[in-house]
Amino acid sequence: MHQTFTITEIRTENYRTKTFIFDRSLPGAQPGQYVMAWLPDVGEKPFSIAGNAPLALMVVAVGPFSEALHRLRVGERVWVRGPLGQGFALHGAHHLLVGGGYGVAPLLFLARTALAAGHSVEVCIGARTAEDVLLAEAFMSTDSTDFNGLREEKKSDTVALTTRTSTDSTDFNGLREKKSVSSVQSVDKLLITTEDGTLGEQGLVTRAVEAAIAARRPDCVYACGPAPMLTALARLCQAHSLPHQFSWEAHLRCGLGICGSCELDTQTRQAANMPAGWLVCKDGPVRIMIHDS
Amino acid sequence: MSDLTCEFLNLKLRNPIVLASGILGTSADVLERVARAGAGAVTAKSCGPAPRAGHPNPVAVEWDHGLLNAIGLSNPGAEEEARMLVEARARLEPLGVPLIASIFAGTVAEFGDVARVIAAARPHLIEVNISCPNVADEFGTPFAALCESAAAVTEMVKCAVGDIPISVKLAPNVPNIGRIAAAAVEAGADAITAINTMPGMVIDAEAGRPVLSNRVGGISGPALKPIALRCVYEIARSVRVPIIGTGGVTTGRDAAEMLMAGATAVGVGSAVWTRGVAALGDIAAELAAFMAQEGYRTLGALRGVAL
Ligand SMILES: Cc1cc2nc3c(=O)[nH]c(=O)nc-3n(C[C@H](O)[C@H](O)[C@H](O)COP(=O)(O)OP(=O)(O)OC[C@H]3O[C@@H](n4cnc5c(N)ncnc54)[C@H](O)[C@@H]3O)c2cc1C
Ligand SMILES: Cc1cc2nc3c(=O)[nH]c(=O)nc-3n(C[C@H](O)[C@H](O)[C@H](O)COP(=O)(O)O)c2cc1C
Ligand code: FES
Repeated sequence: MHQTFTITEIRTENYRTKTFIFDRSLPGAQPGQYVMAWLPDVGEKPFSIAGNAPLALMVVAVGPFSEALHRLRVGERVWVRGPLGQGFALHGAHHLLVGGGYGVAPLLFLARTALAAGHSVEVCIGARTAEDVLLAEAFMSTDSTDFNGLREEKKSDTVALTTRTSTDSTDFNGLREKKSVSSVQSVDKLLITTEDGTLGEQGLVTRAVEAAIAARRPDCVYACGPAPMLTALARLCQAHSLPHQFSWEAHLRCGLGICGSCELDTQTRQAANMPAGWLVCKDGPVRIMIHDS
Repeated sequence: MSDLTCEFLNLKLRNPIVLASGILGTSADVLERVARAGAGAVTAKSCGPAPRAGHPNPVAVEWDHGLLNAIGLSNPGAEEEARMLVEARARLEPLGVPLIASIFAGTVAEFGDVARVIAAARPHLIEVNISCPNVADEFGTPFAALCESAAAVTEMVKCAVGDIPISVKLAPNVPNIGRIAAAAVEAGADAITAINTMPGMVIDAEAGRPVLSNRVGGISGPALKPIALRCVYEIARSVRVPIIGTGGVTTGRDAAEMLMAGATAVGVGSAVWTRGVAALGDIAAELAAFMAQEGYRTLGALRGVAL
């Protein structure tokens, strides 16, 4: 059954992306899990849980349903089924998170959970161009309700400095880097790549990941983004014998593991070494590969 | 340990637990996965004459005592389905798990056309879905509602499939399911599958709207079990053919009850939602444990004891 959540805040992340913050948390939600969001008379679609203190969903407007969500105002309601699916499971204490495009949404929730446990977190974000880089400020913020870096003035000076100086990049292994100066609660390192070089290093995110692994080998790599990015990362992780957990997407209908509409296409599945008959909505969206290599 | 092997028509199942149509069953990969998870046989999702996208989301919702769904018979069309079934059968045969195809259509003649295409893929059994509650607007009254239409479809399909046995799948919402079963058997049905989902509706009070985009759907899961047991019981009293008793079976004990009502095999669908794909093998194991505990050595000893 659906539960109703009331929107308390809407943040504009970029030209086609908004984050919706709701009035309360979703009981039992783990990073990497998703919800089915229903708007009566419109439809129902899956969205990663981007935060749960309180519930937050980051929505890219790409079609009828996401555009309808974007038209909602503070005080209006969204119907939610969930939490659904298999999320991430923290493995080790030094984590490398890799987000492509709007794939950063579940990683923000994961980063905050890992940081709260006292772990260290590095993040690589890849996007086509500067304006498609999402949540970069939020990863550097220590305010768990902060989704776009606008709240840093509420926090300690060091953190405020961190966020404000985030454009002050230093060169690290040939890649631009945003580094937190002191806070233990912010991610250790944020590496950005854009395909056109308008922000961070020019190129694909896999380059930043190679560099991050070379600089400090993580205990596990967590990723969410387009399938080609994930299959490239899967090869990279296998080559380095690194445990990895990737979040996959498919066309979801029931979200209950019964309708069979959410199998990965054969090519993607084989490229990433995934089991046959694997269901994104219930076995996933996260596939945990710890003992793989 | 009790013996779970199940003779069903000319088929020998390692256990009586059968994956119900429309639960997974959409690809050779998932059918093989369910077979490896311990199913005695697996049924593919129903296919019709032409590809159908099905209804828009929401298509399924869980409520207090089960599920409500209106997937809308999404399927790739008979030709594509036949290719999938050939592949599935090749994967299942080494596992010793029979493949059941499932067909639906909008007219009696179309049932014949679909049956011919699907029969060419040589599934072990063809289930004839005359009872889907979710496409009534488009196709009129379900064929399962009347003896005459149930018989007409059965006869047409039977003529089209050659030597492949057929099981006709019945709906619970009819005045006398025993009479419909008798009409189907008289028209040539080798077996009966009962039951399909029960028409129902879930309304979200805050939204003031039905949840499913199709507004109404089919009730399955625990809420359906007493209805299914009653239907299987009435069919068993009215015809002699084997029955795949389906509806709300979630545990081995539920499966035993279905056999006691007169079923020869037991369909399992919605339990995959609560217990995952492992449900099929787990329910079979629980059934064996129950039989051992109660002193039933074979399925035959259990079948129909409640009649
Ligand atoms: C497990 C899971 C988690 C997801 N999490 C999120 C999330 O946190 N945030 C989010 O915005 N979306 C997420 N999605 C995708 C989300 O469900 C789509 O945004 C939604 O389906 C779009 O519906 P629509 O009716 O607006 O557009 P549709 O008409 O369904 O889609 C329009 C077109 O855009 C493409 N498309 C779909 N999503 C995107 C996208 N995000 N970016 C670019 N193109 C897209 C489609 O393939 C289609 O061609 C997730 C999907 C899955 C399976
Ligand atoms: C999501 C879903 C899809 C279904 N699709 C079909 C179908 O395509 N053909 C069919 O004959 N029955 C279909 N059914 C009905 C089931 O095969 C079964 O008869 C019914 O769900 C009762 O069993 P259960 O309580 O174990 O689920 C579907 C049921 C569900 C829940
Ligand atoms: S969306 Fe229905 S099985 Fe995954």
